[in-house]
Amino acid sequence: MSADLNKTPLHALHIELGAKMVPFAGYDMPVQYPAGVMAEHKHTRTQAGLFDVSHMGQVLLVGDDAAAALETLVPVDIVDLGLFKQRYALFTADDGGILDDLMVARRTDGLFVVVNAGCRDQDIAHMRKHLSGRCEVRPLPDQALLALQGPQAVTALSRLNADVAKLVFMTGGFFELDGIPTFVTRSGYTGEDGYEISVAADRSVELARKLLAQPEVMPIGLGARDSLRLEAGLCLYGHDIDTTTTPVEASLTWAIQKVRRAGGARAGGYPGAAVIDRQFAEGAARKRVGLVSPERMPVREGAKLVNADGVEIGVVTSGTLGPTVGKPVALAYVQTPYATLGTGLFAEVRGKRTPMTVSSTPFTPNGYFRG
Amino acid sequence: MSIKYTPDHEWVDTTDGIATVGITVHAQDALGDVVFVDLPDVGKSFAAKEVAGVVESVKAAADVYAPVSGEIVEVNEALRADPSLANSDPLKSGWFFKVKLSNPSELDGLMDTTAYDELVKNS
Repeated sequence: MSADLNKTPLHALHIELGAKMVPFAGYDMPVQYPAGVMAEHKHTRTQAGLFDVSHMGQVLLVGDDAAAALETLVPVDIVDLGLFKQRYALFTADDGGILDDLMVARRTDGLFVVVNAGCRDQDIAHMRKHLSGRCEVRPLPDQALLALQGPQAVTALSRLNADVAKLVFMTGGFFELDGIPTFVTRSGYTGEDGYEISVAADRSVELARKLLAQPEVMPIGLGARDSLRLEAGLCLYGHDIDTTTTPVEASLTWAIQKVRRAGGARAGGYPGAAVIDRQFAEGAARKRVGLVSPERMPVREGAKLVNADGVEIGVVTSGTLGPTVGKPVALAYVQTPYATLGTGLFAEVRGKRTPMTVSSTPFTPNGYFRG
Repeated sequence: MSIKYTPDHEWVDTTDGIATVGITVHAQDALGDVVFVDLPDVGKSFAAKEVAGVVESVKAAADVYAPVSGEIVEVNEALRADPSLANSDPLKSGWFFKVKLSNPSELDGLMDTTAYDELVKNS
């Protein structure tokens, strides 16, 4: 590995577990363990998988005005977010593009924000530039982040603290897991029930070992993390969403609560509001959709999409053979007239055309626990 | 006839002027679980090092090259139906295609087992 790559606190454990390591967002990360991507994917869908996501940025926004301040950067209702509730959010740019996507949870000590590893430094700078004076922007570099995902995650984690079973999807709380202090949310990036666990870096290996000792749990690498999130229809920043896509184009309007839309009590007031409100009213020229192929050939990022006449009408932004679905699945942007569910179109792969159908996402049913 | 190898991690086993081609244990390990193979059409001719097929895992797609020049005389339909054979039995039932050699001397340019093992060890 290259000497200038960062390591998470679990790096040595990954090596010990036989992981194949790859550079990702400046970190030396496990792409798969000896079981392999397919087995890891299926294990997470049926049992429980442990992911090291410590490369992601954890930040605490401290101060009474933090929620209102953060609303100046995201088109999301943060002010009304209840204690220990979590919400998906987007940093937007002045042209309505997406700077990053993030998770926000309200804790007793502030707003707990998790951002993508590749955007962390720019996100922190962005928040410092715009929020300083209204709240403290406090990065948490000494915190590791673990994800325990899958239908058996609750069974495994409950053995370390039975109270985590009481959480519902997109809520969280402070829990001691077998004596280790953590902040736990019931959320994740696989479409399954499960948890994300923020833990002090110097206790993270100990916690990971306790979780791996549970009979349901095996370690899962970034390879399966990507196929799991894709089947769940979840966007990957830098691929399915970026500075050239707006939330409306990205079919993420569900993340923008009515109170922040035109006519809402706290409408606008975030970067790009004019563009996004106009797209709400008039629609966007292109939309992000899910695609499924009836054939076997995987359709990957960058594949051109054409209509029956061979006219280019879109592009694939993520795609693979969905291990659970058993068919090629993809996320793509298409011209809006082609975004209707059931629309047939073609992907061009190595000069061949393969049929695809616009499909609803997730491609596999969500396993979220809503109580 | 002994098995030869290419730097692209393919193996070539030649009998009576027909070369059977597949990917090596190292190649399938690097790719991970193979989920799709695109095999060439029987009757089509390729020059050595031309792309003749594709092998895809969940993670990635990789080209499969014609290691030697010639005409495709057979492809492995069992592999097309069950691409995981490339992982479970890469050197036997996971073969990709058979080429009728048009220039058998090209085999001399390929690696023997010792040279290939050395390449893998240093990769």
